[in-house]
Amino acid sequence: MSCPIKSKAELAKLSPEKAEELDAYLTSLPLTEDRERNRGFLIQSLHKAQEIFTYLPSVVQIHVANRLGLHLAEVYGVISFYSYFTDKPVGRYKINICTGTACFVKGADKLVEEFQRYLGIKLGETGTDGKFSLTGLRCVGACSMAPVVMVNDRVYGNVTTKMVPEIISDCK
Amino acid sequence: MIDSPAKLKSYTENLSKNSKPATTILVSLGTCGIAAGTRPINDLLKSEAASRKADIEIVEVGCMGLCHSEPSIEVVNNATGKSIIYGKVKVEQVPAIIETASKGIEAASCTVINRSWFYPEENETATSEKIQARIVLKNTGKINPEILDHYIANKGYQALSKVLFDMTPQQVLDTVIDSGLRGRGGGGFPTGKKWAFAAAQKADQKYVLCNADEGDPGAFMDRAVLEGDPHSVLEAMAITGYAIGSDTGVIYIRAEYPLAVKRLEIAIDQAKKQGLLGKNILGSKFSFDIMIKYGAGAFVCGEETALIHSVEGKRGEPTVKPPFPAIEGLWKKPTVVNNVETFANVCAIIRNGAAWFKKIGTAGSPGTKVFALAGKVKKVGLVEVPMGTTLRQIIFNVGGGIMNDRKFKAVQTGGPSGGCIKFDQLDTEIDYESLKRLGSMMGSGGMIVMDEDDCMVNVAKFFLEFTLDESCGKCTPCRIGNKRLYEMLHKICDGRGTRETIQNLKDLSNSIKDTALCGLGQTSPNPVLSTLAQFEHEYLAHIDEKRCEAGVCKKLLKYEINNSCVGCTLCARNCPANCIAGSVKQKHSIDQSRCIKCGVCMDVCKFHAVDRK
Repeated sequence: MSCPIKSKAELAKLSPEKAEELDAYLTSLPLTEDRERNRGFLIQSLHKAQEIFTYLPSVVQIHVANRLGLHLAEVYGVISFYSYFTDKPVGRYKINICTGTACFVKGADKLVEEFQRYLGIKLGETGTDGKFSLTGLRCVGACSMAPVVMVNDRVYGNVTTKMVPEIISDCK
Repeated sequence: MIDSPAKLKSYTENLSKNSKPATTILVSLGTCGIAAGTRPINDLLKSEAASRKADIEIVEVGCMGLCHSEPSIEVVNNATGKSIIYGKVKVEQVPAIIETASKGIEAASCTVINRSWFYPEENETATSEKIQARIVLKNTGKINPEILDHYIANKGYQALSKVLFDMTPQQVLDTVIDSGLRGRGGGGFPTGKKWAFAAAQKADQKYVLCNADEGDPGAFMDRAVLEGDPHSVLEAMAITGYAIGSDTGVIYIRAEYPLAVKRLEIAIDQAKKQGLLGKNILGSKFSFDIMIKYGAGAFVCGEETALIHSVEGKRGEPTVKPPFPAIEGLWKKPTVVNNVETFANVCAIIRNGAAWFKKIGTAGSPGTKVFALAGKVKKVGLVEVPMGTTLRQIIFNVGGGIMNDRKFKAVQTGGPSGGCIKFDQLDTEIDYESLKRLGSMMGSGGMIVMDEDDCMVNVAKFFLEFTLDESCGKCTPCRIGNKRLYEMLHKICDGRGTRETIQNLKDLSNSIKDTALCGLGQTSPNPVLSTLAQFEHEYLAHIDEKRCEAGVCKKLLKYEINNSCVGCTLCARNCPANCIAGSVKQKHSIDQSRCIKCGVCMDVCKFHAVDRK
């Protein structure tokens, strides 16, 4: 399926508004016949798509590939390479534990264990109810408050294992 | 529109003539400041100042570098030029600060911080208290990064004006070569030389690429510059463009820095509107445009060939050099790749000359270096010191020593590519060469301090885990070799290592160093080699005595309850594994077979009745 009209129709089944929003963004790019040049817009298109859909399911990948004139394999290759992109649904609350060096020396590994135990999911997983995902990230640059945990956009600093239930109960 | 150097001059003069309020309060609103709660303080400062009709201007600035004391604010008396810096400001202290601001006295019961830096460009010199020198961070924490006039008022775009109208591209190249500026991203390649290579190429198109993909975990220098002083990078990129004959700049920035991205976008927009970027800059024949490209989380993209592939929209895999990017880079055109901090030095060099720059730092490494000082140090923060400053001065003078007065064990520089430096090497004067001799490297400037509670084998394992995660998988030594290194370290931490494991670690590390394709792979065994060289006794303790000195490696630990136990049951109630038995007022005991060695019992015990062996 390399026809952008068909792939957009497929995408609209997921959500017509979101499909429209992504398509409008792709239309706004100065795309040409030159595949190599179009490829330069791939990463930013995927950022936009993930912002809209929260993750990158295959219908989204196919549509981006079609609009940019790239192969699906090339698009998937990029998604799987960069840690920022995910093709699996994420929870409504993304719990990101910083595992950068400063947080590591201040005990981030203990936090990882405690969150895993408390939520019953492993690092990199999403709970079955779709509420929480647990991920590690490398340095948000708030090293003075290490160890740091980010829940969506909210930053918690100097986190101890005792604060875990409190942080979870903030997610309502 | 500022369309001539004369207009820029008169515009700058007008800005300085504008009457200033009696007092300016600078509020640190970088990522860490915001996370520490500066926003409500900023709001209250504004409303308090307004309601009192005080002659006070509140300016939102980038990071002052005082991460340990966020939220931090600086009260500047514009008549006398004197300033007071307050740290750990609380909302309830705001009225007192506003009250005393105009009087030039310190507010009672607030934490006052002594400025530990000087500004070489203002003809200030070092003192015993002021050992930091701010060139790169000259404006961060002093100007509002979202207001172009603030930048222009602080000598902004004067360097660009100077090169466009008073210098030939060759003179610019000569100045930068003569200044001895070296790449601040890690390797320390002479910047001027890199530019000259690109300038010598004949091509219809050349690119200036700014590496803002600060991937070293625990480093945040570039973020501070981009958030606090974005125009200084834009101006320097345009100067580079003029020197090498390029009209297009690209900033490759990591997506994890949303605030920096936002401020860069604002800055580019402002500069274009004023004619300081875009077509015919300042009315000259030179045009230069800058666009932003986003990273997506890959450490290897800090390597220049990988970065170029990522900008082209491909997987960020490195390729063999040569050809160097200066010859064949982005879209196969000559490309200069420099990192943010390198660019942030350029304008000061052009304004003050190469001789001025060479007076700062050491002969082989002129200038300053910004470090992100973090880990077990009292004053975590951004530090900019002249090259040649000793590690001891940075950690114990600027950093205030080790947290909780524990014993210093090591300092790690250079991130996952660097190494650990021991106590007896703390008096080393740091520059590119001296750090290399110690088995570490300058890297981008992460500096993590470790104390006696850190196990060096575990630290090496941590960095290897990072490299494993980030290896692009293209070459075998890095993809498979690092995995094997990691497994060997794991074995040692679990108490399954032998003396042979150590020899294997050394052999394999050296093979990876010699054979990996890119900088990431070639330097990935550094944490192993340097900890082995400096802390071999810790490795041996793990192997021969099955003992982890720092008490970190769980498999080698054992928690036991001693006779100080009064039977308060606190440990039993807190034990996540429910493996502590004992009744009230009786000595408790731990079931070793079920103990997960989390250490909670030891943390909660108020009677020092839990021993870790």
